[in-house]
Amino acid sequence: MMNKFTLYGLTLAFGILGPILFPAYMSQFTVLWLMVVFSLTWDIMGGQMGYNSLGNIFFFGIGMYVCAMVQVGLYYDLAAYAAHSGAVKVNFTPEQYFTGLALGTITAAIVAALLAVVFGWIVFGLRGPYFAIGTLGVAIAAGELMGAWDLVGGGGGMSLPGFPGDSDGTAFFYVLMFALAISTFLFLKWLYASRFSLAINAIRDDEEKAEGMGIQTKRYKTVAWSISAFFLGISGALFGNMTGFIEPLEVAFPTVTFGIFMVLMALLGGKGTLWGPIIGAILFHVIKEVTWTYLLGWQWVALGVLIVVNVVFFQQGIVGWMQDKWPEKFGIEVDTQLGANDEQQTEAVK
Amino acid sequence: MLNNISLLGMAPFLNVQLLLDGLLIGALFALAAYGLALVWGVMNVKNLAQGDFVIMGGYIAVVFAENGIHPIIALPVAAIVMFAFGWLLYISIIKRVIERDLFTSLLATFGIAIVLAQALNLMFGPDVQVAESGFETLVLFDGNVTVSQAKLVAFGLASVLAVGLVTFMKKSRMGQAIRATSQDARAAKVMGIDTERVYAFTFSLNAAICGAAGVLIAMVWVIQPFFGITHSIRSFVIVTAAGFGNLPGVIMAGLGLGAMEQFSGFVLGAEFQQATVVGVLIAVLIWRQVQQNKHRQVVE
Repeated sequence: MMNKFTLYGLTLAFGILGPILFPAYMSQFTVLWLMVVFSLTWDIMGGQMGYNSLGNIFFFGIGMYVCAMVQVGLYYDLAAYAAHSGAVKVNFTPEQYFTGLALGTITAAIVAALLAVVFGWIVFGLRGPYFAIGTLGVAIAAGELMGAWDLVGGGGGMSLPGFPGDSDGTAFFYVLMFALAISTFLFLKWLYASRFSLAINAIRDDEEKAEGMGIQTKRYKTVAWSISAFFLGISGALFGNMTGFIEPLEVAFPTVTFGIFMVLMALLGGKGTLWGPIIGAILFHVIKEVTWTYLLGWQWVALGVLIVVNVVFFQQGIVGWMQDKWPEKFGIEVDTQLGANDEQQTEAVK
Repeated sequence: MLNNISLLGMAPFLNVQLLLDGLLIGALFALAAYGLALVWGVMNVKNLAQGDFVIMGGYIAVVFAENGIHPIIALPVAAIVMFAFGWLLYISIIKRVIERDLFTSLLATFGIAIVLAQALNLMFGPDVQVAESGFETLVLFDGNVTVSQAKLVAFGLASVLAVGLVTFMKKSRMGQAIRATSQDARAAKVMGIDTERVYAFTFSLNAAICGAAGVLIAMVWVIQPFFGITHSIRSFVIVTAAGFGNLPGVIMAGLGLGAMEQFSGFVLGAEFQQATVVGVLIAVLIWRQVQQNKHRQVVE
């Protein structure tokens, strides 16, 4: 593999220098790291474990709402606050703001992870397409139900406490989101080098056999989903505070935008690899931001076409393609004899 | 919510009204779901663009109605147009996903669904539309229950289509070839069936069925570019509950879902319609799991 430290150095330099050199694009950079978190967490399930969830955005929205409820609920009556739906500005002292944010983010992460356990109990008996459709259903239903819950502002949404002081907090949330992306990456790097990844890869390759070999598949699946939910919960809490206004369908549970982006980015970069989702996220976000406004309403059509082309013609993704092309650089040894046999076998099966 | 329930208890005719509306619309859901069961059973492709085919058919009817042509005439036209569209889609994309893993077909058709919904949105705008059919409304039980004739006509046409489909699958050479392929594709190939052509035909037939169902739905209900995903989920609910290759089951599940939606729409409010469909989906999936767990031992 290409010199690892160059890659780390480049990423770090990009993360630190990018917003310093181009401060006007700071919030774009924040969203970029959010995208990296999205595709990395999707890949735990979709890439490493072979469980393709279409509803991971659920945990993002849950994190956002839980954090908001804690932040406001600590100091005010939540129902009265939400009823104003942002019309009356309530001032939080800096101390209240940061305590609320910290406690809210932690609660968001924990609640999201716990909900993953609860939903895991429901959906993990489902395999393949049922799992994908079931998770999609959960995410859609969550958006609809939140929209009907008046305590958190219902469909009209609610505004969050404003960032204290003169600045609008863009730089503050950039640093937090960047740190979240880095910690997610480091955690997954550690995780993928452990026995845990062997177990979830075995589930991907053949769940029945893995179960037969004594792997407690249900437990591994639940833990893997809780891990993605944990990081997604934090990302939702941060993003909600960054935008300052949350609303169920477009901001918290955007199934057809963020929810699909995370799948697409992981596939584009190469699912089941550590760097693939990151490369896919950066590439996708940059292309999207550069071309989006010039497409004049056709951008969503283009998004659909990109999904189809990506899935049908280029499913291995960029990193997967590179591994096929230059396996020796990734430390993969190709046994040509075995490869030939494999081909014969697949012929025979056909 | 409780008020609405007690209202149902006090006015028995309201129940009849909701049930009737639900059954009449449910027949149309069952039609689209039968198409999905066909494609799923024969090709093992889970088509998430199912609902968008329905909406496309619906817009053909709307275009006809706007130009002063009765939407019923749009029925054969929509079926033919959608058949051709399905064939094109098969040759360009679906052909390449049949032999791949399960998620590929699901995500590819999801991509197609996004493209179709957005293209329709650009062409017709996001407003809710209806194909005016000019039918009268029948009044039953001293004015307590009303039924629009359009719904009865749509129900009748859907039944005719269903009978026609079943006859086609049983009697015609192509229908027999489709059933043979779904039983064992390899054996069918050995026996000289051009399975590639069977797949193409099955997918196009499904698109045609959806197109026809869409015309009827546009006549009796409303369509909007982004309603496709709800229709897709409905089809999935029905097929998952009934299992494929089980036509009576599909019809019963379709009618049941239609009635359930009407009642929940009345009791909870119309904005919960999508949530109801999704809720039923999750309930069905859990129920399937409980069933499965009886057959299978898991490491605990």
